[in-house]
Amino acid sequence: MPKEASLSQLVNKYFYTHQFPTMWCPGCGNGTAAMAMVRAIDRLGLDFDKVIHVAGIGCACVAHWYTSFTALQTAHGRALAGATGIKLANPELTVVVTLGDGDCAAIGGNHLIHACRRNIDLTALVYNNFNYGMTGGQVGPTTPLEAITSTSPYGNLDPPFDLCKLAEAAGATYVARGVVYYVRELISLIERGIKHKGFSFIDILTPCPTVFGRRNKLGTPGQMFKAQQQSTVSVKKAQEMSPEALKGKWLRGVIVEKEAPEFTEEYEKLIAQVQKRSD
Amino acid sequence: MQAKKEVRLMQGNEACAEGAIAAGVRFFAGYPITPSNEIANIMSQRLPQVGGKFIQMEDEIGSLAAAIGASLTGLKVMDATSGPGFSLKMENLGLACMAEVPLVLVNIQRVGPSIGMATSPAQGDVLQTRYGSHGDYALIALSPSSVQEMFDLTIKSVDLSERFRVPVILLADQVVGHMREKVELPPYEEVKTSYRPEPTMPPEEYHPYRGDERGVPPMAKFGTPYHWYANTSSHNEDSFQATSDYAISRKLIERLTNKIERNKREITEVRGELLDDAEIVVVAYGCTARPARGAVLKAREEGIKAGFLRPIVLWPVPEEEIRKAADTARAIIVPEMNMGQYVHPVREACYRGKAKVFSLPKVGGEPFSSGEILQKIREVEDGA
Repeated sequence: MPKEASLSQLVNKYFYTHQFPTMWCPGCGNGTAAMAMVRAIDRLGLDFDKVIHVAGIGCACVAHWYTSFTALQTAHGRALAGATGIKLANPELTVVVTLGDGDCAAIGGNHLIHACRRNIDLTALVYNNFNYGMTGGQVGPTTPLEAITSTSPYGNLDPPFDLCKLAEAAGATYVARGVVYYVRELISLIERGIKHKGFSFIDILTPCPTVFGRRNKLGTPGQMFKAQQQSTVSVKKAQEMSPEALKGKWLRGVIVEKEAPEFTEEYEKLIAQVQKRSD
Repeated sequence: MQAKKEVRLMQGNEACAEGAIAAGVRFFAGYPITPSNEIANIMSQRLPQVGGKFIQMEDEIGSLAAAIGASLTGLKVMDATSGPGFSLKMENLGLACMAEVPLVLVNIQRVGPSIGMATSPAQGDVLQTRYGSHGDYALIALSPSSVQEMFDLTIKSVDLSERFRVPVILLADQVVGHMREKVELPPYEEVKTSYRPEPTMPPEEYHPYRGDERGVPPMAKFGTPYHWYANTSSHNEDSFQATSDYAISRKLIERLTNKIERNKREITEVRGELLDDAEIVVVAYGCTARPARGAVLKAREEGIKAGFLRPIVLWPVPEEEIRKAADTARAIIVPEMNMGQYVHPVREACYRGKAKVFSLPKVGGEPFSSGEILQKIREVEDGA
């Protein structure tokens, strides 16, 4: 096995270091998630010129300010729709999409379920920090019940989505959940997702100590990272656990991995058939 | 592909779709909405035949977003909509102006507000076309009056969008979109449209948002050694954020606006008739231009010195041409199927001239008859 690139090699190759420091708060997990994406892309040995990074709007969606991939910043929620156009127009490109939880499941929820259904070969990385961090910590579609946010000052009444279940039900052919605490596992989940032919959805749980943790008394950033040990359980381990023991735990690892016709490949076949018919 | 010149009876929306194919559009993203549906229907059939791609997205917002993505990879792209769909396009229309993404958006106007009347014509989106998205920007809008122009102006829209890296709106209406007329189709290989300027410098010297002398930056295809960031936030020439740099943000907005406004000579197209000695000039566009022209010809028969001016490019406003008419005429009448929209830039263009500007609004979905416009010409003639 070839030796892995060092951290500084990765940073120098894939980041605009003159844009540092990042805007992420101290203790935020987003930098770890972005680094995991870059590590996964590097491991796959992909042509740097052919990797396109698409992002919506939110704390997650500034990762492309720092990475030097060719990138598109869409409007809030529209990243998957923009990415769909890029991938269909040029299926040779590897399209990686960074989303936030509100970006992906609230304002962009329609695009999410249809990208899953269409099984288009995109990799969606959702930095899920349970609230709208950039705008000051409002309640979102993944905020736990009773959590205090800047727009749920008396506690959240809206039941949250389990994004992986949503993606699975909508037809995604690769669904995984990773956490920034287990970064090696996260890298391999992303790697496997990019390699997967079809729509890959990776829910990445990442702490937001500044506006979510503080309001909900979740402790220091270190404690929030560490808490992911307790709040998650690997898919493999979960198989041996009782439903009671699994209550309140997030599944971690590959949740769905199956083969199905991929949209852009099917479209290329359609073009070939139509052109043959009209010859 | 259309190999030799041909004359066909076509519907406006069909001519628009064929114009797009002839112009080299190879990607269409859409969402069903009346009365623009035929364009998407035909594109779904035609594009695979020429190796292009069609996708029906989950909503109006997603379809323009997908068209933007496809344009970034180097394809000529189009989307078509109407009424409520056009309102939903505003988000990505402003985005395409900001990121400078060439695309053609067809709007087959129907009666509003809101759901209004899906199968009846209106010209109520004229100001929304220019000002509907938030912030300051500029774009180009063309107004076809015939089925032939649905073909020709679709081609021109593609050409302008590529030359200026800007969204172009083909602002048609239900009359022009749905009526059938004779169309002369050229051999498609003779149809020439521009392609966006591309970078020729080495990748390390590429500044993705540095305009040329006209203000238009070279555009690299996604997936090439030219790494760049199609940035929808305020950005500098290298597309990095200008979160709180007012000077950079101002320079950007000025360039985005000036690349259209200062190149107006290259963009503007008007048709004038009987203007030399005209005392009353009717300024009309789209489906209303047809009865308006008829009214002017009838007025002439009655001995009224009437003239006709039709802006084919509505935005940017052909101020010079309107001003010229206002300097010599004593009255200008603007009939339009709305409560009075294009009359505002017309009034602004001729505020120093001697002509008095009259709005002739008509709403509800019934097109003008030439008699109604003639009546107004007579009133102005008698009253002045």
